[in-house]
Amino acid sequence: MTKSAARPSPLRRLGSLGGGEAVQRLLAFGALVLLIILFSFWSPFFFNFDNLNNILIATSVVGVLALGETFVIVTGGIDLSIGTVMTMASVMCATAVARWGLPVPVGILIGVATGGVMGFLNGVLIAQLKLPPFIATLGTLNVARGLSLVIAGLSPVYFPTDELHGMIMGSTVGAILPAFPVPNIAIIMLGAAALAGFILSMTSLGRYAYALGSNEEAARLSGISVVKWKIAVYSLGGLFAGLGGVLLAARVSSAQPTLGYGYELDAISAVVIGGTSLVGGVGTILGTVIGAFIVKTLADGLQLVNVPQEWQIVATGVVVILAVYLDIVRRRGRQS
Amino acid sequence: MAEPLVEMQGISKDFPGVHALMDCHFELYPGEVHALVGENGAGKSTLMKILAGVYRADAGVITVKGSPANISSTWTAQRLGISMVHQELNLAPHLTVAQNIFLGREPRRHLPFVLDDRTLNEKAAELFEVLHLRLDPRQRVSGLAVAQQQMVEIAKALSFKADVLIMDEPTAALTGLEIDELFRIIRQLRDRGVGIVHISHRLEELKQISDRVTVMRDGRYVSTQATADSSIDQIISMMVGRTIFETAPELPEKPSTEVVLEVRNLNRGLVIRDVSFRLCRGEILGIAGLVGAGRTEVARAVFGADQVDSGEIFVKGKKVRINSPTDAVEHGIGYLSEDRKRYGLALGLNVETNLILAALRQFIGPFGWVRSGLARIAANLQVKNLAIKTPSLKQTVRNLSGGTQQKVVVGKWIIADTQVLIFDEPTRGIDVGAKSEIYRLLNDLAHEGKAIIMISSELPEILRMSHRIIVMCEGRITGELTAQEATQEKIMTFATQRASAV
Repeated sequence: MTKSAARPSPLRRLGSLGGGEAVQRLLAFGALVLLIILFSFWSPFFFNFDNLNNILIATSVVGVLALGETFVIVTGGIDLSIGTVMTMASVMCATAVARWGLPVPVGILIGVATGGVMGFLNGVLIAQLKLPPFIATLGTLNVARGLSLVIAGLSPVYFPTDELHGMIMGSTVGAILPAFPVPNIAIIMLGAAALAGFILSMTSLGRYAYALGSNEEAARLSGISVVKWKIAVYSLGGLFAGLGGVLLAARVSSAQPTLGYGYELDAISAVVIGGTSLVGGVGTILGTVIGAFIVKTLADGLQLVNVPQEWQIVATGVVVILAVYLDIVRRRGRQS
Repeated sequence: MAEPLVEMQGISKDFPGVHALMDCHFELYPGEVHALVGENGAGKSTLMKILAGVYRADAGVITVKGSPANISSTWTAQRLGISMVHQELNLAPHLTVAQNIFLGREPRRHLPFVLDDRTLNEKAAELFEVLHLRLDPRQRVSGLAVAQQQMVEIAKALSFKADVLIMDEPTAALTGLEIDELFRIIRQLRDRGVGIVHISHRLEELKQISDRVTVMRDGRYVSTQATADSSIDQIISMMVGRTIFETAPELPEKPSTEVVLEVRNLNRGLVIRDVSFRLCRGEILGIAGLVGAGRTEVARAVFGADQVDSGEIFVKGKKVRINSPTDAVEHGIGYLSEDRKRYGLALGLNVETNLILAALRQFIGPFGWVRSGLARIAANLQVKNLAIKTPSLKQTVRNLSGGTQQKVVVGKWIIADTQVLIFDEPTRGIDVGAKSEIYRLLNDLAHEGKAIIMISSELPEILRMSHRIIVMCEGRITGELTAQEATQEKIMTFATQRASAV
């Protein structure tokens, strides 16, 4: 019994997760700093407020998606549909406001709820009907992609006013402290991250997400309703995708029914780079946020140093593969 | 006697292709330790899993504390005060000890869904205090040894304020001292009025711990009697349905001196430290030691399943490089894991496929097709030779009992024509009848000239089977004994010979 000598570190007391992940987050954070320094030297346009602001805005949408994805991946599952579910949410939000004449706050709720409904559908397919998550969400990916086109009528839906754009892309902080015009979208993302972090580390939903990813049978034998909690996790993932859709719609002042496909890979990369294991049981929200910044800083930097668009797409794919390989290397390290 | 805590009447259960239980009967009184014994596949675990809500019976009546109970899930069972510690440990390795114990019943704060981990850890600490367990509630389960994980499972089962505690093979992975500790806890619970079901293959334990014993055979109830009134021989004959006598240990013949496998200066971190040994043709080399002494690690290293820091391996005098199990199989080394389900078998595939899996190359015809006729003949031969109890070659391995699965693994390596066989706890979780068959099998294999390494935590087994015994402690070989000079006492002395502070 000597191995288990009690050393309750302050880190361990912070939440349910201890030393290993802290190191992982530190590494990810170091990589982010390194990336910023690298691009700052490489391109004169990188380290200025406008560009950093752009990164912040781009990270916000993918970051919100990645928050939901973190819960799903912690359970050992995967959700490939969040990108197009986000598209569908933005289309629903814009349609509600532009075509049905509903007020903007109602449109926001409809957008977020659309994500929740699609997430719930994923949950039912995976938990109740026992479809493999990969296949189930690959299916809903196309369902959402198609429905977006159907609802939008094949063309973008524009908001009649720029109320939503102003609400999300304006800067409340800037109005008070003109030196820091941080856009609201970033504040919303950080708020959502704080909420997600709270849910993951402090609530039963978070605890059961870890338990399901760590040993589903143990969770089942402990009397936890695996079906119910899995549906809850995918629904939550959908709600975050819905929020992402609203943010995206606000950012481009419209709903683009073809924009969003591929975002899921950025989100998954962010989650995995942030230290969440694809086999489940391990992961943190802070890690995911750092991961999202890494993904978007890289994309922004590549653009600034004139890497052609098509090669940037290649880079996205390579990043996903590297991130997953990183997860495998990490797991090997953990075993020995 | 008082009213029984639990009464099970006429319980039947079918699994695909198998009548697991037929018209079974069981009762448990408060304050008794009730041993449940029977050969593998006798239905002990299945019967208890029905009581614990893991399976549902196809027929039969369960009465709990006088009223009929419909136990539809583990949750219902737990609410009725019935908890089960399963044979396979069921913990979430990424969660802490306390989080595992109260999984699904976490203390909440006043807000909905918000957990209170401080209270959680305090409650776990209180529980450990009552049970006199030295465990840190905040420790992650993945960092615990198997025995400690077992203690966590027991603490978890008891945390339900259970008055019926079912333990399926709780001592299988424990060492002597740990078993004493477990029995102390069991007695303490019994004195508090808890009814305890103890499923075990170690019959010598029954006398120590149980008040009554129920014997099952082939999915049927055989009898229940007071432990004090029955001898172990009686119980065994009821289990196997025939009278057998414990055969006197036959000392195996002297092996040849031709060295088949030699390991020199094997090192892997702190778990394997400078291990060297030789293995001869026809020899059974026992590796003894306490749980965690590094025995399995050595086996896995020789088999190429884990990378080592340094060390040399010679097969028949030639130095070989073994970096993966594929290399090991190539050089005629086979490993039979203690965890058959995880490493030894493709559970979803049938008996035939599992048997020929390691030797598939032998059965590949021109153009790469599998010569299924030949494969079937080879598989059939092993089913006969090893008396593998299966309805057919097409039976899915998952549905076979533990002992039968073990035989399938053995058959697989025999077909692969392996020269060195490493058996890791070959009789763990295997009943008396099948055990003696496995012993006979090991002797036969050695007689045919195979070189065998047997890792075992059961000293009588090591003493009875080995030509030579090496003993490990904390990753080192601390002693070597011949069959003639070995005694339990000598082995234990070596097994506890810790190196002074390194």
